[in-house]
Amino acid sequence: MFAFLVRRLLQSIVVMLVVGLVAFSLFNFVGDPIHNMVGQEATTEQREELREQLGLNDPFPLQFARFVANAAQGEFGISYRMARPVDVVIAERLPATLELAFVSAFFALFLGVSAGVYAALNRYGWTSRLVMTISLIGVSLPTFLIGILLIWIFAVQLQWLPSFGRGDVVQVGAWRTGFLTESGLRALILPAITLGLFQLTLIMRLVRAEMLEVLRTDYIKFARARGLSNRAINFGHALKNTLVPVITITGLQLGSIIAFAIITETVFQWPGVGLLFIIAIQFVDIPVMAAYLMLIALFFVVINLIVDLLYYAVDPRLRVEAGSARAH
Amino acid sequence: MSSAVKTPLLQVRNLRVEFPTRRGVLTAVDDLSFDIHEGEVLGVVGESGAGKSMTGTAVIGLLEPPGRIAGGEVLLRGRRIDNLPYEELRRIRGKEIGMIFQDPLTSLNPLYTVGRQLVETIRTHSDLSEGRAKARAVELLAEVGIPAPERRVNQYPHQFSGGMRQRVVIALALCANPRLVIADEPTTALDVSIQAQIISLLKRLCSEHGAAVMLITHDMGVIAETADRVAVMYAGRLAEIGPVKDVVKHARHPYTHGLMGSIPIVGQDLDRLTQIDGSMPRLSEIPPGCPFHPRCPRVFEPCDQERPDPIPVENSEVACWLYDDKRSGGGGHG
Ligand SMILES: Nc1ncnc2c1ncn2[C@@H]1O[C@H](COP(=O)(O)OP(=O)(O)OP(=O)(O)O)[C@@H](O)[C@H]1O
Ligand code: SF4
Ligand SMILES: [Mg+2]
Repeated sequence: MFAFLVRRLLQSIVVMLVVGLVAFSLFNFVGDPIHNMVGQEATTEQREELREQLGLNDPFPLQFARFVANAAQGEFGISYRMARPVDVVIAERLPATLELAFVSAFFALFLGVSAGVYAALNRYGWTSRLVMTISLIGVSLPTFLIGILLIWIFAVQLQWLPSFGRGDVVQVGAWRTGFLTESGLRALILPAITLGLFQLTLIMRLVRAEMLEVLRTDYIKFARARGLSNRAINFGHALKNTLVPVITITGLQLGSIIAFAIITETVFQWPGVGLLFIIAIQFVDIPVMAAYLMLIALFFVVINLIVDLLYYAVDPRLRVEAGSARAH
Repeated sequence: MSSAVKTPLLQVRNLRVEFPTRRGVLTAVDDLSFDIHEGEVLGVVGESGAGKSMTGTAVIGLLEPPGRIAGGEVLLRGRRIDNLPYEELRRIRGKEIGMIFQDPLTSLNPLYTVGRQLVETIRTHSDLSEGRAKARAVELLAEVGIPAPERRVNQYPHQFSGGMRQRVVIALALCANPRLVIADEPTTALDVSIQAQIISLLKRLCSEHGAAVMLITHDMGVIAETADRVAVMYAGRLAEIGPVKDVVKHARHPYTHGLMGSIPIVGQDLDRLTQIDGSMPRLSEIPPGCPFHPRCPRVFEPCDQERPDPIPVENSEVACWLYDDKRSGGGGHG
């Protein structure tokens, strides 16, 4: 278990370093950072002085090492566009993205697993066929289209829900939350559905396929032959086995919810880090872009680690391998 | 024999199992009748695809759709069970009729300890407390010959060897004391060296618990040593059924005769004993009349026209025109 964790951690660090290299390259290959910092009228000497000051004349490995050291402390420099520290800007906007991602993930996971189980257990029923057909739409429609459709129906036509923004927010310590006000919660609904719908359908189809597979296994047949109740068989035996392979994919999906938030945040003008990133691209605001890339990579790596640990918790075959290696 | 007057434990009457497919309805079991008496071991043999597993699964009511019982009836102690609602049939499964499948490696849920699986099954069919059920689980593991059962009860299936897992499976099948255990090739997946142990364990435990056994197997040696009576199936139908000595030593049906061509030994596969040319027809191509007639060395004129029903011959029943005196003039008895 411990060796496994260490190996996983090392792999994660390598991944972060590679992403760091990409983010770092942005500074050097996309435009000239000096050009972005000083005005048109700066002289060549001034530019050269600044270049020296910022260490841009140092050898590449040294510069990269400095970048990594700073990034590890959350330091990404000053935003070109806003002239404020990047870490502060991101910290301000992260709660909006995390709250949106959390609600979407919960919605996708909860409904996805329930609908998948339902569709598997009622394979021949018309409702499950209907759900499967609708889910095809969810898989194939692009996110921005779903968002626009939802806005058109619920914000423009029915006028039930707001079409953009986060509603009223409340500051709780360093965290700015939309969970505590009615307008904040109402503003969450459409973006959360937009962001979660694709994952929901994916999870649902996956759960259904896995569960059908599990329901055909010998141990389920044997459980039926022992007269266990349907409830015990479906939810005690089949569902748990279904979740073992589903955990991995689902974990990755949750990671991509945060990444995909870019599109949803743009459609709904949601003041999160995704929208920040899009604006940063428009202004070639390299420090913000680099910080965003590193942040997303970090989320993926952390979620992957959690998934691995969950796997360990659910599947005794992995656990005991290590245990018996010690015992014998 | 008292069993002759008592109601048999299990009566299968004209059972018919069908599979609707795109190319028409396939009949996997056709007009099959047999009895199993209390405490008796009935061996069921036949080539691959003869319908042995279908018969077993139909009896316990676990045919997978679209497969279904299309005719006939199944009676347990004289009570019809094939048309019971799902919930009532479920209560019979495990408690009255248990079933053991071929592969012990895949018969146990990998995510739960064997103890949990035993306790769950015991508590489904009784109102023992969790603690009492756990104690019973340990007893059962000891009974099926698993060493250190107090420790093993908390282990997961993958920590057991194949033979040990099949012992756990037997414990699970017997834990609610069923009157009948259907064992579908319970040792085929196991190492030859432990097959005999598992079969004798199964036989001993069932007789101690007073359970009858429907033992489906390819292994004629196992039948010869274990069964009280034998049913021989061919193309979904009964060819011959009778006391093991009669069927093995004095086979009457020409098909059985072919199967028993050499003296069976434990561990030998039936398919390799087959001394009959050709192979069993596919379900879609079962010939009219006696399904065996294209391969039968003694075929005569009614065989490709009319289907023979089982005819009583001494203690056996044989589905062959040779034993119908009106047809053959008694020629088959020689
Ligand atoms: N789902 C299905 N659809 C159509 N036919 C099926 C289906 N399942 C089984 N069959 C057919 O039913 C027939 C009887 O199968 P069964 O499994 O009972 O044979 P068996 O005697 O147990 O053979 P084996 O010794 O190989 O286990 C076979 O011909 C098989 O092809
Ligand atoms: S009925 Fe005819 S074909 Fe069938 S087994 Fe008897 S003799 Fe052979
Ligand atoms: Mg079979």
